[in-house]
Amino acid sequence: MDKVQFLLLVAVALFALGLLGVIVRRNLLVMLMCMELMLNGVNLSLVTFAQQTGTAAGAVLVFLIFVVAAAEIAIAIPIVLLLVRRKHTLEADAFADLKG
Amino acid sequence: MTHLLTLIVVLPLAGAVLNGLLATELRGSPFGRKFVTVVGCGMPILSFALVVRCFLELQATGGTPLIETAYTWARIGGRPFEISFYFDRLSAVMALIVTGVGSVIHIYSIGYMHDDKSYARFFAYLNLFLFFMLSLVLGRSLLVLFVGWEGVGLASYLLIGFWFEDPVNAAAGKKAFITNRIGDAGFLLGMFLLYWAFGTLDMDRINDAYKAGAATMIPASLAGILLFIGASGKSAQIPLHVWLPDAMAGPTPVSALIHAATMVTAGVYLVARMSGLYMHAPSASMVVAVIGAATAFFAATIAVAQTDIKKVLAYSTVSQLGFMFVALGVGAYGVGIFHVYTHAFFKACLFLGAGSVIHALSGEQDIRKMGGLAKKIPITFWTFAIATAAIAGIPPLAGFWSKDEILWNAFASSSGGSPLLWAVMAATALMTAFYMFRLLWLVFLTPSRMEPEAAHHVHESPLSMTGVLMVLALLSAVGGFVAVPHFLEPLLPLAKTPEALHHYEEPLKYLAIAIGLAGLVGAWVVFGGGIARAGALAARFAGLHRLLYNKYWVDEAYERLIGRPLVWVSDRVFLQVGDRMLLDGSLNGLARLAHRTAGVFSRVQTGNLHLYALLVLAGTIVTLAWSFRHG
Repeated sequence: MDKVQFLLLVAVALFALGLLGVIVRRNLLVMLMCMELMLNGVNLSLVTFAQQTGTAAGAVLVFLIFVVAAAEIAIAIPIVLLLVRRKHTLEADAFADLKG
Repeated sequence: MTHLLTLIVVLPLAGAVLNGLLATELRGSPFGRKFVTVVGCGMPILSFALVVRCFLELQATGGTPLIETAYTWARIGGRPFEISFYFDRLSAVMALIVTGVGSVIHIYSIGYMHDDKSYARFFAYLNLFLFFMLSLVLGRSLLVLFVGWEGVGLASYLLIGFWFEDPVNAAAGKKAFITNRIGDAGFLLGMFLLYWAFGTLDMDRINDAYKAGAATMIPASLAGILLFIGASGKSAQIPLHVWLPDAMAGPTPVSALIHAATMVTAGVYLVARMSGLYMHAPSASMVVAVIGAATAFFAATIAVAQTDIKKVLAYSTVSQLGFMFVALGVGAYGVGIFHVYTHAFFKACLFLGAGSVIHALSGEQDIRKMGGLAKKIPITFWTFAIATAAIAGIPPLAGFWSKDEILWNAFASSSGGSPLLWAVMAATALMTAFYMFRLLWLVFLTPSRMEPEAAHHVHESPLSMTGVLMVLALLSAVGGFVAVPHFLEPLLPLAKTPEALHHYEEPLKYLAIAIGLAGLVGAWVVFGGGIARAGALAARFAGLHRLLYNKYWVDEAYERLIGRPLVWVSDRVFLQVGDRMLLDGSLNGLARLAHRTAGVFSRVQTGNLHLYALLVLAGTIVTLAWSFRHG
């Protein structure tokens, strides 16, 4: 198993762990963290591919994702705070108001 | 090129716009009323002056028509539709009647409408009417004529419903408008047919085509009958006559101008104008003559039993219009126009006289509550008497000459005249004389039957009204000496009469005089001593009297046969099935369908974030699998 394969496997593992966390965990903050985990899995694969092909595009994309992730979390945390302030819970199931 | 003809037509429009838009701003100020009067009467008088000028020009050139194109409306397939005006001897006679009688009636209205709060609106409508009537009379093509035709219908509607606060008046206006629509449908079809055959709607061209004998593409009688349906709507002939008596709901000057002297003769004008066509349409001409005779007779019988002064005059108008159509039907087009011309004078005089009576009696219209007015309002009485004698056909007044010519042509014309037609018309003439003198006696000569309150207030009308009455009475007296049929002969050839019948002409003339006098004597015998003897007669022939008094129940029959089935069909079929079931039903059904499907699909929205994420995952996996398979 060479380095690239190993790194890609780690990336998939990170992404899968994150996805599993989002699906399984009920705590909103944990779900957010798991989403970060998924993003980082993607980032890792992008860096790996950039190294492999010797082009800068993947690395540039990684920086873009950093910025987007920072912005996303900066919005998401206050939303979660407001939600918690309203229902005094972090359980995602408590916020099923739009149920059809 | 001058634009005199356009100016004739447009001046009253300017008056209507000025009075309609500006005068409402000036309401209340004394200046406003003067402004309305000057504009409202000034424009028709100016128009009249211009018509006279054009008439002199026409005479100077020996009858060459003046043609003037104001505007090209549209150009379709290389064929222009022009708004152009055509001034020949026929339109000259009509335009002189319209603007001349129109002007004096405007002047009369100053006095009659003096206390009305909508003084400006009245003059605006009246001017609008003149505008449309002049475009009807002067239009060269059927299209312009049709625009005027519809326009006078609109003005008539507005003026019948002038006092629209009373629903009865508003309903009368609607009735006139709707009845005319039926006739207009026929008119439109006739126009389509003529345009299809000739590629033009210019009436002089269509007539020329018929005269040249080139027009065999369509049966002339079909076009003639279709146009006559339109004419019978406008001119209140059977079976579309029902609107005219109700139209008396409008102010009396309106009844005089629109529903007696000018607008209702538009149908006569149309048929005379299209004489080239009708000369080649013997069956259409026969229809015109028969309908005319039937209407004349039928309306005259109704007029005998009516008790409302304006209703009597209205049925008399319907009857006289029938006379005109008989003349047209037997090919005596010039004679028909001659009767339009004399009728305009004496009928306008009668209506305005009736208006003066109503004015004097503070609104009373029932002749059973009149009587003995001759001494109290002498000018009205004398002018009314002259006009009555004129319509009854007492020589040498105007009505005698035109009516005598109609009777003679109904008897002798080689294109449709017959002794039977003459007999019907002579009987009608007898009834005409009878009911008109009945009116004269009941209103003016018999002992007074007025309410004491009304009798106390009786007063002669102001000079602006009586002066007009005197002018019209003078014209009713001497108007018959102008030989209109002869004047129009180059345009509208006289009807041919077989030589063999010529020795009847003199005796028939004396017979016509005798008929007029017989009506006079008959009315004197029955009504000379008040209403007692007439009441006894009515009691003896109670059934007949009820039939005539109720106008043969034509309105009721129309209501039963047409009105109610129409309402039923509209309600049951169109409203309940068509509108509510089909239209509303399908739309509501669609909305319900959308609602139900949405109800089913909304169950997917559980509100559970984890499920959403799982679904996203599943979707991603399926998409990936699919793209691997097909990539």
